[in-house]
Amino acid sequence: METRVLMFGWEFPPHIAGGLGTACLGLTKGLAKQGVQVLFVMPRASGDEDQSAAKIINASDVEALYDYRDIEEYWKNIRFMEVGSNLIPYMDPERFEREVNRNVHERTEEHKIGFKNKYQFSGKYGANLMEEVGRYAVVAATIARQQQFDVIHAHDWLTYAAGIAAKRVSGKPLVVHVHATEFDRSGENINTLVYNLERQGMEEADRVITVSNWTRDIVVRRYGIPPEKVVTVHNAVDFQSYSDMKVERGVKEKVVTFLGRITYQKGPEYFIEAANKVLQRYPNVRFVMAGSGDLMDRSIRRVAKLKIATKFHFTGFLRGQDVQKMFAYSDVYVMPSVSEPFGISPLEAMRSGVPTIISKQSGVAEVLKHAIKVDFWDVNALADAIYALLAYPALSQFASKYGLDEVNTLKWENAAFKLKQIYEELKR
Amino acid sequence: MEKRTLCLYFQVHQPVRLRKYHFFDIGKNNDYYDDFANRTYTRKIADRCYLPANRVILDLIKKYGKNFKVAFSITGLAIEQFQKYAPEVIDSFKELAATGSVEFLAETYSHSLACLVDEAEFKRQVKRHSEVMKDLFGMKPVTFRNTELVYSDEIGEMVANMGYTTMLTEGARHILGWKSPNYLYTNSINPKLRLLLKNFRLSDDIAFRFSDQNWDQWPLTAEKYVSWLTAADGEIVNLFMDYETFGEHQSAGTGIFDFLAALPGQVFANSDFEFLTPKEAAAKHQPVAPLHVPYPISWADEERDLTAWLGNELQNEAFEELYKTREKVNALKDEALIHDYNCLQASDHFYYMCTKLFADGDIHSYFTPYATPYEAFINYMNVLSDFILRVDNEYEKQKGKTSKRTKKTTKE
Repeated sequence: METRVLMFGWEFPPHIAGGLGTACLGLTKGLAKQGVQVLFVMPRASGDEDQSAAKIINASDVEALYDYRDIEEYWKNIRFMEVGSNLIPYMDPERFEREVNRNVHERTEEHKIGFKNKYQFSGKYGANLMEEVGRYAVVAATIARQQQFDVIHAHDWLTYAAGIAAKRVSGKPLVVHVHATEFDRSGENINTLVYNLERQGMEEADRVITVSNWTRDIVVRRYGIPPEKVVTVHNAVDFQSYSDMKVERGVKEKVVTFLGRITYQKGPEYFIEAANKVLQRYPNVRFVMAGSGDLMDRSIRRVAKLKIATKFHFTGFLRGQDVQKMFAYSDVYVMPSVSEPFGISPLEAMRSGVPTIISKQSGVAEVLKHAIKVDFWDVNALADAIYALLAYPALSQFASKYGLDEVNTLKWENAAFKLKQIYEELKR
Repeated sequence: MEKRTLCLYFQVHQPVRLRKYHFFDIGKNNDYYDDFANRTYTRKIADRCYLPANRVILDLIKKYGKNFKVAFSITGLAIEQFQKYAPEVIDSFKELAATGSVEFLAETYSHSLACLVDEAEFKRQVKRHSEVMKDLFGMKPVTFRNTELVYSDEIGEMVANMGYTTMLTEGARHILGWKSPNYLYTNSINPKLRLLLKNFRLSDDIAFRFSDQNWDQWPLTAEKYVSWLTAADGEIVNLFMDYETFGEHQSAGTGIFDFLAALPGQVFANSDFEFLTPKEAAAKHQPVAPLHVPYPISWADEERDLTAWLGNELQNEAFEELYKTREKVNALKDEALIHDYNCLQASDHFYYMCTKLFADGDIHSYFTPYATPYEAFINYMNVLSDFILRVDNEYEKQKGKTSKRTKKTTKE
């Protein structure tokens, strides 16, 4: 009997804001190959970086939500279901409220399009993320009552409530998949509402899947989840549709790149301090910080204060092709994350043949041999590694060559195979 | 019937460990060494291994007189560190030397792979080492053992040209084929050089497997071991291993010292073997054949080749850069530079950069202070970059001086 999974996500390519959608795509593809049937439920308005109010408010009501699509024949095992929702990934409740309020101000006329009856989106000033999470849960319960499945699988905290609701209605086992925890996003200043929701999800789950042992450790230590319930399934990458890109360089110097959200979690300040050290010794180099985020302004001020702004550049948010172009432009890629549950972008850099430095505080460090690993706080070690990759060609050639070989061996099939085994265990 | 030969040889080496050397130190700081680690390791290994093992061997020599013999090779870098941190180790080796039952072998001063670079460099380093041996132990070595038992036909020829009559190497299976390591062989270019080949199975039974409780022969007693010796074919059994086997790789608690102490008694009582040093063994037996070794072999890893030290791009690059500067260093005759150059040549630095991650990964990670080969390379290259800068600066200075002097003389 084929296993049927009811999966709750919040984003899916092409509309993605971060690594989660890509991971869901890889996993579901891998599961499809393993003969597992997946019903993927997600809020419609997730995705695009441009999380505009129009999209959020355009979300349709629960009664009208059944919108199945079969995407390509390849996907015959996977059905999609979109749920009207205001869920916005990568946003904490405070920021969500700000964003929604701003958009509400700007587009008042669109309020009328909205939600029916009891699910009415409160609209005006009281909009909050927690309400949306709750609403998603109610929708999930409805779906769970109508659909046939063996296991429920919920990705990250926004969907945990949905997962719990589905479990209560159906009595089926629940798997929660931790792609990130509140401690990764916020350090020690955690949002307790989010934390509680995360913990509740993990407690009610029959299995907790973490994307790395780094995250598994946080789940066990900080959330008090019994270790025997927590299983690591490392992420992978899919480079099938990847094509190499050649770019004309505008500058003759070597380029060292940081690419990601400029937030506490990603450790941008360590990149800046290391850049400053390297520049004092090795003039023939430029540093690029690609991305945007709440620490961007502070980062720019720091660069100016260090007087390295002629050699240190900001690109703002990059999308689509530009990301790949940035990699093609780089001689060294750096991911100095303070706490990175996994971290897909180093793999993309390595796929482009770029030698890569990653922090030891990342899950991806557990699967890579041919990346240079440093502690995020050890600015000297980071500067050393950058310098070495710039100054010793044998090192960068070596890391580039073997790094490429290495990332090509990381397959979603392996992750999906592990997942399938977990499902089958739970079914029994 | 003539007795068969049992030849024991122990290698003593401690690399001078490099400190964490940042790139901003380049050109500013020429202190490369982790004195704390070097002192700690040297003291620890002296107390755990060298001192107690020397005591066991001295007692055995006292007990059995001229019947018990061993050979040692001690690298120059190890000697330097004993002098600094554990001088009593040198005294205890001197005491062993005074018994006349111990042979000291020659090797490269810095445990280097200079044999792969050129003959002049190789010779210079062997000479330096042999002088140290003569100074300390009062005998000029006549037997040669190369770093990691690296050997090829050409290397053997160079060694013979330096006047050595006997050389030790690995009884590598891919070289020997059907032949047994338990005979005397000769170099294929110069038959005057006699070769003693390590019996790796019987050596590794002690060096690697002694304390392995999953080994079906555990626990290994001297009695059982001597029964294997007796069953061996041929005329000579060469047991070559790191001296750190006793007390360090195999800790005292495994009974390794008791094994060593009990071995000679068992050999005398239950076998047809006598103990000889390498030079005596080579003199006693007749060579059976020349040994053809076109490509270098060693005693390391499954492959018994050079890939633990050279082969990947990182190792090759570091090695090349290191030896590019040798002519300048030798021309300068600056003791501080020569000291650093010796330390940087130790094969250990290249071993840390090894990326063979399969079968031998365990052994490699046991011996390396670095988390990854990348870290090893980065640190080494930073140190080497500074060293090269210093050499170049000194060289320019000296050249300036000499050219000024010549100008003066021409004026006059």
